[in-house]
Formats: sequence, structure tokens, C-alpha cells
Amino acid sequence: MRRKVVSILLIFACFLVQSALWNLFTFTTVRPNLMLVLIVSFGLMHGSRSGMLIGFISGILVDLLYGSFFGINVLLYMYIGYFIGKAYQVFFDEDIRVAIGAVAVCDIIYNMIFYVIKFIFGARYSLGAFLVRIMIPEVIITLIFTVILYRLFFVINKKLLETEQEDQESSWLLR
Amino acid sequence: MNNKRKNRIDTKNLLILLTILCISALALTLTDYVSITPLRRAASVVVVPFQKGVNAIGTWFTNQRVSFRDVQELSEEVAGLQAQVNALTEENTRLSLEQDELKRLRALYEIDSDYREYEKVPASVISKDPGSWYATFIIDKGSDDGVAVNMNVISGGGLVGIITETGRNWATVRSIMDDNSHVSAMTVTNYDTCIVSGDMTLINDGLLSFEQMNTENEIHAGERIVTSNISDKYLKGIPIGTVYEVTDDSNNLTKTGKIIPTVDFRYVQEVLVIKELKKTAS
Repeated sequence: MRRKVVSILLIFACFLVQSALWNLFTFTTVRPNLMLVLIVSFGLMHGSRSGMLIGFISGILVDLLYGSFFGINVLLYMYIGYFIGKAYQVFFDEDIRVAIGAVAVCDIIYNMIFYVIKFIFGARYSLGAFLVRIMIPEVIITLIFTVILYRLFFVINKKLLETEQEDQESSWLLR
Repeated sequence: MNNKRKNRIDTKNLLILLTILCISALALTLTDYVSITPLRRAASVVVVPFQKGVNAIGTWFTNQRVSFRDVQELSEEVAGLQAQVNALTEENTRLSLEQDELKRLRALYEIDSDYREYEKVPASVISKDPGSWYATFIIDKGSDDGVAVNMNVISGGGLVGIITETGRNWATVRSIMDDNSHVSAMTVTNYDTCIVSGDMTLINDGLLSFEQMNTENEIHAGERIVTSNISDKYLKGIPIGTVYEVTDDSNNLTKTGKIIPTVDFRYVQEVLVIKELKKTAS
């Protein structure tokens, strides 16, 4: 329960910062994909289910308020969360390098898929211009924010795990 | 395993379920079978107040940054501005005389009134869509203030965009920087028409692109571009920007190029909504 409330608050905070603090990031520049950082972080730290659900809610929020096609962001974020969560058993979540790598890969995939969708719906950009102008700047700024936010998310997740462990000391076998 | 875990749906099945849900939602909205506008309105009622608050914080920070500027620099700027004010006051007196004359002549010839004379609603920008992929934003005035879909939005004497959706106290504006935006425009000197579109690959440089300018005339950098009279949604004569670069198309008939917009899109905070819809034949 506590985890659900905290997750929803975090999603909402990331969304607000990304949409309403635009005058800090200015209008015409690429902005960090904070929702993606959140989804990847929780996928890595708490598994597929968390990643998937946080992705789902984030996607709903973005698509409901802004997207032209309802569902695109939901699908993308949800699958990113799910598949990143698969790496939960493989890597240690303390290692920020894993998070940075994962965010970079996911942001590239996210942008590439958006490029294809835009292409299907008639926007014609050369791949080179797209890479240099949109994708690479966005990935770089998102990674800078990953370094800052991953530590924060890690601490939050650790606190949540501790309280969860206290709550169900006897029956908690998985972790 | 505790009881709580046993009762939950398996993650993989949940994923499949949600995927089906999304794809059907996507299919329904893409085919215009179902509109998400009511849902979007409901969500906005919850989110918009928060965005207004957060935006106020952001504006405060921006203002702080500005107020820390060098005194020397500011006093120089004041001196420069004072000179400009003097020059402009003089020009203004002369122009207002001519304006009166123009008004009389317009009335005489029954020419359509200029967009400057229409009633406008001032509004503040409260949020921009979160991705790098669209250039739409939300303002804090809605249908309660008389804002309606397809009204033109200007700022600092130039075209910003068009209203695409309204709620009670908010409205969505698609800026001309968005790559779904296509504005029918023309040059000021020769009325050569063209289509001005947003381009995601130019947006970081703050430029727009134009195409299909079918003309024999030489177009130079610095040529002013305004909305054309044949546009079906944009009022006539709103400044869009100045030509930055022109190239001839391979067919040697039309020209394409880039435009520096009149509005500095990095700092759009206050906008004016023109409460006048373009009248069309239909």
C-alpha cells in the first residue's frame, strides 16, 4: 500500500517537473525524459511488475493529457518497464552504471520507435538530422538526470523495502 | 509465498491484458470511433492546478536569475532603452495620426479590419507537453473566458499557434513550431504564398521551415512572412517571421527555406488569444 502511494506520487512529481517546469528547461530545447528514468530505475530495483505498472500509469498520464495517439506512450513505457525488470535478477541494483546503460538503451529505443511512428504518419526527417538534433541531446540530458535521480530513487526504494520487511517479517521469502 | 501474492494476477498475464487494452484504445481513438476528449478534460481538472503551482515556482526561479544581473549592464540597458523610448514616442505620435486616417479610409473602402483591432484575451502558459516530440502547450484560459477551438494565439506581435482543444479554465495550443502545424503564409512585399511548417530537426535552433513558394521573384534573407489571406484558420497579416535561408527546389519552380520566427519561443510565457474566428465560406 505504502509502495503504491509513493510510486504514484513519484510518477506525478516527475510528470509535473517535466511538463510544468518547462521554463527552466526552455521551450525549444530537448528535455530529459524523467518518466523513463523513473520506470527504468524501479524496474531495475524492484522487478518487472513494478516497472510495468509504473510504466503503465506514467504512459496513461502522458497520453491522456498530451499525446496525439492515446496508447502509444502507455505501450512503450509499459514494455520498457517490463523488460528492464527482467534484468532485476541479473544485476545488483547498487550499480549505477547498469542504470545508466539501461536508461541510455531505453531512451534510444523509445526515440527510434517514435521516429518510426512519426514517419508512418507523414513526418519526413533524415535519420542523420534526427540522431544529431533530437535523439543524442535527449539521451545525454536524460543520462545526466539519471545520475542525480537514481540515487534518490534507490534510497526511496530501500526505505520501502525495509518497512515492507518489517511488516511481514515471517512470510517474506523472496527477498 | 504469502496469501496476498497468490491472489494476484501473474505479471505476464497482466502485461498481456494491459497490452490488449492499450491496442484497443489506440485502435478506437485512431479511427475516431471514440474520443478521449471527455477523459482528457476530467484529467486536466486534476492536473492543471498542480501545473499552475509548479509553473509559478519555475517563473520565480527565472525571475531570480534575471534580478541577479549586473548593475552596470542594467544601467547601460536603461540608457539605451530611454533613447529608444524617445524615438518610439515620436514615431508613435506620427503613426497614430496616420492610423486615424487609415481607419477613415478603411471605413470608406469597407476593407476588412486588421487582426490588431479584434478583442483579445491575455493568458499565461502553464505547461508544455513533456516530450521532445511535440510543441504543444496549455494556457490558463478556457471556454469560460470565451476561448474556442481554432482561435489564433499571438505573443509579442507574432503568431504563436492555434487553439486545438478547450476546457473550462484551460486550453491547448499547438504552436507553429510543432511539426503537425502547417500555416498558409505569404511574403509582405509580393504576396508570394507558401506553407510554413514546424520541423523537429530545426526546433532546437528556433527555426521554422517553409515550402511550396511558387514565385519568379527573388526572395532574400530578411523578407517578412505573414499569414496569408487564403488560410482557412489563421487571420490575415499576423507576422510569422523573417526568411533566414532560401533554396530553389529541383523543379526550379518552387522555393523552400527556413524562417526565424518573430516570437522568441524560448521565452513564451504570456500570450494573447484573438477572440475572432476566421470566417470561411463553409
